[in-house]
Amino acid sequence: MGILSLAIWTPIVLGVLIFALGRDEHAGLVRWAALFSALLSFFLCVPLYTDFDNSSASMQFVENMPWVLRFNMSYHLGVDGISLWFVLLTSFITLVVVISAWEVITERVHQYMGAFLVLSGVMTGVFCALDGMLFYVFFEATLIPMYLIIGIWGGPNKIYAAFKFFLYTLMGSLLMLVALIYLYIQSGGSFDLTVWQALPLSSRAQTLLFFAFFAAFAVKVPMWPVHTWLPDVHVEAPTGGSAVLAAIMLKLGAYGFLRFSLPITPDASHEWAWLIIALSVIAVVYVGLVAIVQQDMKKLVAYSSVAHMGFVTLGFFMFSPLGISGGIVQMIAHGFVSTAMFLCIGVLYDRVHSREIASYGGVVNTMPKFAAFSMLFAMANCGLPGTAGFVGEWMVILAAVQFNFWIGLAAASALIFGAAYTLWMIKRVYLGPVVNEDVRQLSDINAREFAMLSVLAVAVMVMGLYPKPFTDVMNASVDQLIQQASVSKLPQ
Amino acid sequence: MIDNFSWVAVYPEIVLLIMACVIAMVDLWVTSPRRDLTYGLSLLTLASVAIIQALYASSGTTLYSFGNMVVSDAMGNWLKCFATLAMMVTLIYGRPYVADRQMLKGGEWFVLSLFALLGMFVMISGNNFLVIYLGLELLTLSSYALVALRRDDSNATEAAMKYFVLGALASGFLLYGLSMLYGATGSLDLSSVFTAVATGHVKHQVLVLGVVFVVSGLAFKLGAAPFHMWVPDVYQGAPTAVTLMIGGAPKLAAFAMMMRLLVDGLLPLAIDWQQMLMVLAVVTLLIGNLSAIAQTNFKRMLAFSTIAQMGFVLIGMLSGVVNGNTLSAANAYSSAMFYMISYVLTTLGVFGVILLLAREGFESEEISDLAGLNQRSPLFAGVMAICLFSLAGVPPLVGFFAKLSVIQALVATAQPAALGLAIFAVAMSLIGAFYYLRVIKVMYFDPPLTATTVSAGADVRFVLALNGGLVLVLGLLPGGLMALCANAVVQALGS
Repeated sequence: MGILSLAIWTPIVLGVLIFALGRDEHAGLVRWAALFSALLSFFLCVPLYTDFDNSSASMQFVENMPWVLRFNMSYHLGVDGISLWFVLLTSFITLVVVISAWEVITERVHQYMGAFLVLSGVMTGVFCALDGMLFYVFFEATLIPMYLIIGIWGGPNKIYAAFKFFLYTLMGSLLMLVALIYLYIQSGGSFDLTVWQALPLSSRAQTLLFFAFFAAFAVKVPMWPVHTWLPDVHVEAPTGGSAVLAAIMLKLGAYGFLRFSLPITPDASHEWAWLIIALSVIAVVYVGLVAIVQQDMKKLVAYSSVAHMGFVTLGFFMFSPLGISGGIVQMIAHGFVSTAMFLCIGVLYDRVHSREIASYGGVVNTMPKFAAFSMLFAMANCGLPGTAGFVGEWMVILAAVQFNFWIGLAAASALIFGAAYTLWMIKRVYLGPVVNEDVRQLSDINAREFAMLSVLAVAVMVMGLYPKPFTDVMNASVDQLIQQASVSKLPQ
Repeated sequence: MIDNFSWVAVYPEIVLLIMACVIAMVDLWVTSPRRDLTYGLSLLTLASVAIIQALYASSGTTLYSFGNMVVSDAMGNWLKCFATLAMMVTLIYGRPYVADRQMLKGGEWFVLSLFALLGMFVMISGNNFLVIYLGLELLTLSSYALVALRRDDSNATEAAMKYFVLGALASGFLLYGLSMLYGATGSLDLSSVFTAVATGHVKHQVLVLGVVFVVSGLAFKLGAAPFHMWVPDVYQGAPTAVTLMIGGAPKLAAFAMMMRLLVDGLLPLAIDWQQMLMVLAVVTLLIGNLSAIAQTNFKRMLAFSTIAQMGFVLIGMLSGVVNGNTLSAANAYSSAMFYMISYVLTTLGVFGVILLLAREGFESEEISDLAGLNQRSPLFAGVMAICLFSLAGVPPLVGFFAKLSVIQALVATAQPAALGLAIFAVAMSLIGAFYYLRVIKVMYFDPPLTATTVSAGADVRFVLALNGGLVLVLGLLPGGLMALCANAVVQALGS
């Protein structure tokens, strides 16, 4: 069994065991078992980074064996510079989520922990799959644990949110399923991504495929105007669910653009790039403005996620190395920062049981340590130089200015909006005098919360100050991707 | 005509017939209220028949006997094997339920089930219009009696009447169609009919008229819209254990009947019946899915969901012949067979859980009766959730691969309408996902109405866990069952 198989199946198998065997009577044991599983899964992934060959653009740690012979599907796994960091990010965020739920989740702990571990393995599978159907199976399988997480441990309107999440994303991906079957038949019976990437396709076929993929991935990213499910779901999901959703699940969609749309339908991608760029700029500017007026902290961060993901898709569809690398870096950074933002909201919510900005004020007076962390993450969220948020946005803006000055200008304006909504929220929630009795009685973060926030703080700082390890691994793969995306696949 | 060789082909049927009679006799001396001896003997019979069938099937030989009236081929033998297993599981799940409802005063429940299974066997083995019809009648007559087994229950009696009247009508349709085909071709034997139709000398109008009636009869039996009216009423009215008996194993026989009549007998007319199936599939998917949304009764919802699922089987059946070319036939029909087998497996799990909850004078028919099942019994909630996600077609469960292979067969025909129908079918399965999810929501998100835990015998527990596990394992590794279906269908088409 290869490292990737271990990285995928360890959390799934352990998660299923915890889900099936755990009981609320021994919740403590369940928590430690979950922590052990998450740690084990994380350390299993470490060799992926240490043994990774930065100079190679080809897939590494490849495993390939037949899966369903009748349809020529294979269990084909591998990582390259594009997917490597997402595999690491997934196991890291799962670890943080397990810690964050420690005392917060008291009911059905085993099912909560089990669902997150299974989800982690399945999402890792999405990033590693090199077979179209294997990708789809993992991609869809994420819906089941997430549906349960939102529906069981969510807020008051959780049922609506769980259904909206499931059906909205299923709607997009079913069209992709038809596209995959079409490619399978066109390619003479193969689900292999490398075969599809070399397959000549007519302009019409590429356009149809491009929009089928677009339906699946744009909903997942989510791009404006199909982003409306995200704020509703984020608000109702439990803290851990929001964190995983923002940090990893949204990336599945953006990752899909890189693995499917760009290399398989390069001509259609170029033809329709204007559309994606336009939607991305709308997401960055308009959704940024929407975020400013939000009253609910989670909704605000959700809209800010849509705006940040707008940067990602904007970077991808300018077809420059800087833009694509910038988009990927932005995805990783947003993974850290959005998790941290949601955990901060969770810390407050656990104490006061309100997400309304108006319920707070002057938190810094009662929770100084926590306020310092929040300030750092807020700065990262608005892209302050020296934090993780800056690197990706800067790269994308540079690429955008090279591409077209006005698009660059629009993208850069987002930094201002980002600062506006984030800092205004910080001002209202943390600064100023203590406004009410709830805030006066707040107790500062305990050791567990301190640990989980400081791990994220270190990640945010390291990535902001020294992004080289993140960009080095992806250069070769990004160059190869641009190479693939620039060769026309129209039949001669 | 009748030689030693001939008997080999029908050994399983003979064993089943003798044992059904023996069990009927032995049961007269059984006094235990739960009919332990009858139950044990029935299971033993079914297990041995299933083993014989599996041995026959894996030997891969095709035998014709009784002057070509019956055939024993890999497809038929596998279907019989799975039908036997399904019947076995039905008896295991159903016994506590029927015992609690005064339906085990005699051994009829077991004996009628065995005769119903014998009917399915004859249907599956039949290679002749009349033999197939005979098997169908044996199956349906046993089923009518089973539905009415709870004599004092007005719902069950009403359901039995409806089932009988509409079933008789459907049989009449089928028989009328078959008689026309007989009149046109002069033969009841499937291969002679095939040859006669293929020559093109037979009057086309008569054949088409006959096909219309045959397809209508089949649609009735499958429960495809617009011939689906009986399904919701019978599913809801019949005692749940009998609902499972109607909705489970017989579907496999119905598939075999469709294969024998339409493919083995009337493949040269494919262009005609495929169009009919296409219309049926569209209407079935639409009516099944849309009506299921509105249901609050779980059994009724499952009835509409069955109707919708049959739409997918029809899609598999209508993708076989493209412009008179049968190259993709094996692919299409094996996808339909895979769909049917995975559907039966999943249905068994769903009804198994309903039967479990329906003990102690409480029917557990409403969706709301499942509220908070996860807290009361995580195992049963888990099995139900797996089965429902599978019916909704969510990977990595077997229902996903069933839908995938059927839609793949459809898209592979490369017809202009095919892509449209494929997109329509996935859109309908999105609607389907909604009502399945609603049940999962009730089980997992709603608070339980009672705090009582669900108890079940060790046998039921074990089989149910196995059933749910199989839905998951066949979803992760569907290759084996797919290959089995493909080989069986290739062999059936080749002979």
